[in-house]
Amino acid sequence: MISAFFIFNQKGEVLISRLYRTDLKRSIADVFRIQVVSNSDVRSPIITLGSTSFFHVRINNLYIVAVTKCNANAALVFEFCYRFISIAKSYFGKVDEEAVKNNFVLIYELIDEIIDFGYPQNSETDTLKTYITTESIVSANIAAEESSKITTQATGSTNWRRGDVKYKKNEAFVDVVETVNLSMSAKGTVLRADVDGHILMRAYLSGTPECKFGLNDKLVIDKNERGGGDAVELDDCRFHQCVRLDEFDSTRTISFVPPDGEFELMRYRSTSNVKLPLRVIPTVNEIGTSAVSYAITVKTNFNNKLSATNVVVRIPTPLNTTNVDCKVPIGKAKYVPAENVVVWKIPRIQGGQEVTFQGHASLTSTTNRQVWARPPIDVDFQVLMFTSSGLIVRFLKVFEKSNYHSVKWVRYLTKASGSYQIRPYENRRST
Amino acid sequence: MSMRAPPRKGENFELAADLNSEYKEKRKDAIKRVIANMTVQKDVSGLFPDVLKNMQTDDLEQKKLVYLYLMNYAKTQPELVILAVNTFVKDTDDPNPLVRALAIRTMGCLRAEKIIDYLCDPLQKCLKDDNPYVRKTAALCVAKLYDLKPELVIENGFLEQLRDMIADSNPMVVANTVEALSDIHIAAVASGATKDTFVVTTDIVNKLLVALNECSEWGRVAILNALSRYTAEDAGESEHICERVVPQFQHANASVVLTAIKVIMIHMRGINSESLTKTLIRKMAPPLVTLLSNPPEVQWVALRNINLLLQKRPDILTNEMRVFFCKYNDPLYVKVEKLDIMVRLATEHNVDPLLSELKEYAQEVDVDFVRRSIKAIGQTAIKIDEAAERCVNVLLELIGTRVSYVVQEAVVVMKDIFRKYPSTYEGVIPTLCANLDELDEPEAKASLIWIIGEYAKKIDNADELLGIFVDTFTEESYPVQLQTLTAVVKLYLQKPESSQGLVQKVLNTATKDCDSPDVRDRAYIYWRLLSTDPGAAKAVVLAVRPPITLPRTTVSPALLEELLGEIPLLASVYHKPAETFVGRGRIGADSMQRKGTDLADDRLATQKALQTVAAGQQAENLLDFDDDVPNDGQPSGLAATTVLASTPAAANLLAGTSSNPLDDLVSIFGSASLGATSSPAPANPMGGFGFGTSPLAPAPAVTPVLSPQPPAQPQAQSGQDDLLGLF
Repeated sequence: MISAFFIFNQKGEVLISRLYRTDLKRSIADVFRIQVVSNSDVRSPIITLGSTSFFHVRINNLYIVAVTKCNANAALVFEFCYRFISIAKSYFGKVDEEAVKNNFVLIYELIDEIIDFGYPQNSETDTLKTYITTESIVSANIAAEESSKITTQATGSTNWRRGDVKYKKNEAFVDVVETVNLSMSAKGTVLRADVDGHILMRAYLSGTPECKFGLNDKLVIDKNERGGGDAVELDDCRFHQCVRLDEFDSTRTISFVPPDGEFELMRYRSTSNVKLPLRVIPTVNEIGTSAVSYAITVKTNFNNKLSATNVVVRIPTPLNTTNVDCKVPIGKAKYVPAENVVVWKIPRIQGGQEVTFQGHASLTSTTNRQVWARPPIDVDFQVLMFTSSGLIVRFLKVFEKSNYHSVKWVRYLTKASGSYQIRPYENRRST
Repeated sequence: MSMRAPPRKGENFELAADLNSEYKEKRKDAIKRVIANMTVQKDVSGLFPDVLKNMQTDDLEQKKLVYLYLMNYAKTQPELVILAVNTFVKDTDDPNPLVRALAIRTMGCLRAEKIIDYLCDPLQKCLKDDNPYVRKTAALCVAKLYDLKPELVIENGFLEQLRDMIADSNPMVVANTVEALSDIHIAAVASGATKDTFVVTTDIVNKLLVALNECSEWGRVAILNALSRYTAEDAGESEHICERVVPQFQHANASVVLTAIKVIMIHMRGINSESLTKTLIRKMAPPLVTLLSNPPEVQWVALRNINLLLQKRPDILTNEMRVFFCKYNDPLYVKVEKLDIMVRLATEHNVDPLLSELKEYAQEVDVDFVRRSIKAIGQTAIKIDEAAERCVNVLLELIGTRVSYVVQEAVVVMKDIFRKYPSTYEGVIPTLCANLDELDEPEAKASLIWIIGEYAKKIDNADELLGIFVDTFTEESYPVQLQTLTAVVKLYLQKPESSQGLVQKVLNTATKDCDSPDVRDRAYIYWRLLSTDPGAAKAVVLAVRPPITLPRTTVSPALLEELLGEIPLLASVYHKPAETFVGRGRIGADSMQRKGTDLADDRLATQKALQTVAAGQQAENLLDFDDDVPNDGQPSGLAATTVLASTPAAANLLAGTSSNPLDDLVSIFGSASLGATSSPAPANPMGGFGFGTSPLAPAPAVTPVLSPQPPAQPQAQSGQDDLLGLF
């Protein structure tokens, strides 16, 4: 399995290095630096040299690298790298060179706990935080009994939860966050539209609560009720490890004992009847080789009580653009030469509204014509209390021995960031 | 390192002083600095005794730091480690389970021969500890011990103890026990053991199935792996295992999902019920698609595996082609894989959106991706008869853009389309010929020449066009020369009256002025054929070629089965058996070291020997790298002539040839092994010249003369040189 774990900075300097097995030497880090960090054309996340394979993931100019000499489980290694990143995030906020340098002792402690002999061990942040802390634990201070509890939890069948949680007020917050992926042609044909949904839960519940969670899942509603008109069809669901998968498989009920605090209960994917909250109609005309005119209309496609916020439309311009005249009814539009885009920021658009951007880009005549890929227009936004898939939380039931009353809150949010794309040209390079 | 370190002695001296300070905080801080230095590979081994003094402490964090240091330097300072043994053994009796586990975990990592003997007793104790956390740590420690000294594990009966622990009440302990046993099994096999050290029995399977639903995500992977090694006794048992494993498809961790798919793919073989198989396949599709919402690296692993799964079960993702459309900001390695899968999923019904996507991609900036997109259009045309015309139209539009590499790739692709649909799209030929001047890549040139030769009868100015290439014959690359030769002969056989001079000239030049034996030999064959029996020449050169098809698999069926059993391991990602990249057949560095010390008493000689071996091994590794590169860069495409790399050497040779247009073009003798039909290509580089189906093949005199493909070797050679230069 994983023979060594490294963190490199952008220059290829080793920030963290831990060998788990003896089939490698520390100097293997130099090979990675030569082959990957100083190589500008790396075309695969796994590099195999001889019988040594390097798996790398980049984050904020860091390389998180796992090295192995065997026929390792590639999916597991990458999942582990990302798990490390998320653990690091929850421990010190951000994962960058500075954070790694400032916390290297803690990181060593962590990576020794989450991998043993190359095999990933307990990696639940909540549990880890009970015995690996930023303040040093003096073993005499914590009673052996307490450690026993911790270790039982770390290995137990509900290793994500302590048994002795107590709250005065029992509350559970459910956030349904949907990310819409869209790819639309200039004519307005949807090439691909799907929703990646995440259901995040913050559970502040005492004891060991048993929860049941209900959605307007078409498969459930069709079975139980007649005429479930607003049911959604979920293509696939994936659950936090606390959810009993065998029960979901047989009856499609979602039941679980939640971890304490914040966690991602489930992820789902839906591709049928995706409601697109924003409609973008681009008209782009290249006037000879000296100018391009733009008219980009953004239409909201939902109830007028709701509104889209933090809307950012990014309109690509040719590489030889000198200046863009922008006219917008709301928000601010600005040409950003470094990125070759016009960024149009709109703080809020009401439902049912329609706004149009008018622009005129002047181009210089260049001697060497660089190829311009004519990237798509990209829109970021957020719409509260709206789900593109139409998903609704029908119930969240909490059962606990002491039978306490609990308060539940549900919030919906649909957003897009970097994946809501509209192609501005009917046929690129038609000239 | 970037910073210039102060005089080494000074810093270490200072650290040593601090490590011996009377103040606790100062000592701890010094340890941290020592670890920091260790990380940047500064030598702090001299501080061993000073660090060791700080081992006995109540501060867990400090203890962990000292242990970390010990693990690093224990190997170089075995005499001093003895001093630490007492503390370790004492710690394994500590009332705090975290301390007990830490001690046993670290002892296993020290890897100094001298302390191993002290490890067995505490390990024995920890394996039976009340606390599951200690037990699960101890279980892995057995694997560590086996790695170091297998005899000790066997003598102490640790293996039997591990087997008993599969029945442990704690799922995490079960998972680690399975992990340890599998690890030992692999190590035993590698060292040549014939007996299976970890036999998965029915009894064990039942225990594992119970633990599966309760243990951590990583534990699930371990258990699923063990399940995949089990051979079910009957269909009923296979069904039972599949039913119990299927719920894992819904797990959030991609490695759990993929490993579960592996288990299903393996145990499905034992299921007789058609309907259950269908259900299982149907349940597999949604989680596979969902894997695409993971980070790109995980996506890539998933895509490579989906590609394999589709080769086995083309019906898995029938209606899901759209999810494989490339996003503008996908990394290139993801896009390339998606292209391949899209073509696999292409049918008559979804070909229109696919083509408009491919056309879109063909206009992006990355040259490599553009070329692959155009290739994909060609593959679609060959795959779906009904869509061929639409594909040709798209290609024509692309040729209209007059972007050099687009045009060239389109020409290459058109050649394949002509091979599949002879005499169908002749109307396109004038457009292709119009772009003659723009072609500068050998493959594109050769493709166009092939087309001209093939349709010489219908192209009025064929002799003129070919004349251009005959004039520059000696300046062209060998594939182009070969193709020119063949085309001119084809022209002569169809229109003898107008091309007598041309054929004379080309045969003359090829036999006299050409330095490639291949070209010369072919010219001689033609010459003799034409002079002795023009009828036979016609039958050979103008023979009807068998149509090409898209192969459904890129690897041989047996290998495919093997790879499906290795989802999602590296082998399944590379589509290559593990032996090709894991050093089993070779001698590992460790065993080399052992061997080295046995052989020579003289230390210096040992050192020298090791260096030579290391250098040799590096060279071997680098050679090996050479065959990985083409596979990383251009994962086995559909119609790209992919080959089965069975041995590294063959892989090397073939890696060189796969980018060689010769394969596609050697069509003279109507051979069956042609470009797009890349059913397991023979490892023989002469395969392309096979006389195949041709009834008139007068082979004997000719075959032995053919030398191995010249371009392949220089290429492999130069790659090797470059890489060696790095070290």
